[in-house]
Amino acid sequence: MENGQPHIVKYQTFAVVLIVLLVFTFSSVAITQLDLGVYSVTAALVFASLKSILVLMYFMHLKFDNKFYAIMMTGIVLILISLISITFLDYLYR
Amino acid sequence: MIDHSHIDEHRDDEGAKTGMWIFIFTELLLFGGLFIVYSVYRYLNPLAFHMAAEELDVWLGTLNTVILLVSSMTIAMAVTSIQLRNKRLTLILMGITVFLALLFMVNKYFEWTGKISHGIFPGSEILHQSSQGEILFFGLYYAMTGLHALHIVVGVAFIAYVMRLVKIDDVKHDDFVILENSALYWHLVDLIWIFLFPLFYLIT
Repeated sequence: MENGQPHIVKYQTFAVVLIVLLVFTFSSVAITQLDLGVYSVTAALVFASLKSILVLMYFMHLKFDNKFYAIMMTGIVLILISLISITFLDYLYR
Repeated sequence: MIDHSHIDEHRDDEGAKTGMWIFIFTELLLFGGLFIVYSVYRYLNPLAFHMAAEELDVWLGTLNTVILLVSSMTIAMAVTSIQLRNKRLTLILMGITVFLALLFMVNKYFEWTGKISHGIFPGSEILHQSSQGEILFFGLYYAMTGLHALHIVVGVAFIAYVMRLVKIDDVKHDDFVILENSALYWHLVDLIWIFLFPLFYLIT
């Protein structure tokens, strides 16, 4: 909400985002059906991350809202990533 | 332009939305913690997790993913349509969201009863004879998808409540922050499923 005037997102924007999300979903299903070993885990997580970015930016209005929300969200993602990395540093090198 | 009928109304939309976001962050940390538990146990029991994940139906999981993504779009569109003063369309879009959420739960019901009828549930005879890793996998499967399903139920109740507010014009084109917040909550449910789906169904 900038200048007290809320941003109205077009219906088409949401429809396009949904189509991309569905394409990503089917791609991740297809790629994990192939036996790629470690790469299928990576691919599935990359597609999941791309999908979550789309949901956050468009469906959850982060792209159009006050930047404050996007900054906080980035902070939470960084906390989660560091938590996961620290845990795995422990398990990999103990 | 001063609208005197609104002069004594205490409203803080920005504050309400910030509160919702902070709640969403706590939810993300809650599920994030569970994801860490899952990945550590997966790292410690790679073979058992691989075998156990093969038991899950990828197509049922994909169907539920599609259902949640579409419902996420319809509730996002509801926020647009209330701003465009289209009350009827708002209610229809919210109704579709609730319907899809219930459809998700029906699928979940068939999935869980299928597993349970095969004797796979926490504390079952078959699971007791399985390896430690498989017990962990199915324990986490029931706990994490169960906690997620609980969020779906709460989301349905929340959206249904806001539908009532829209109906009695308590939520209008210039006062819709609770609809926005219910939409944010619903997107959170979708967001969590986006990660649950590959972790349990895809990575085998």
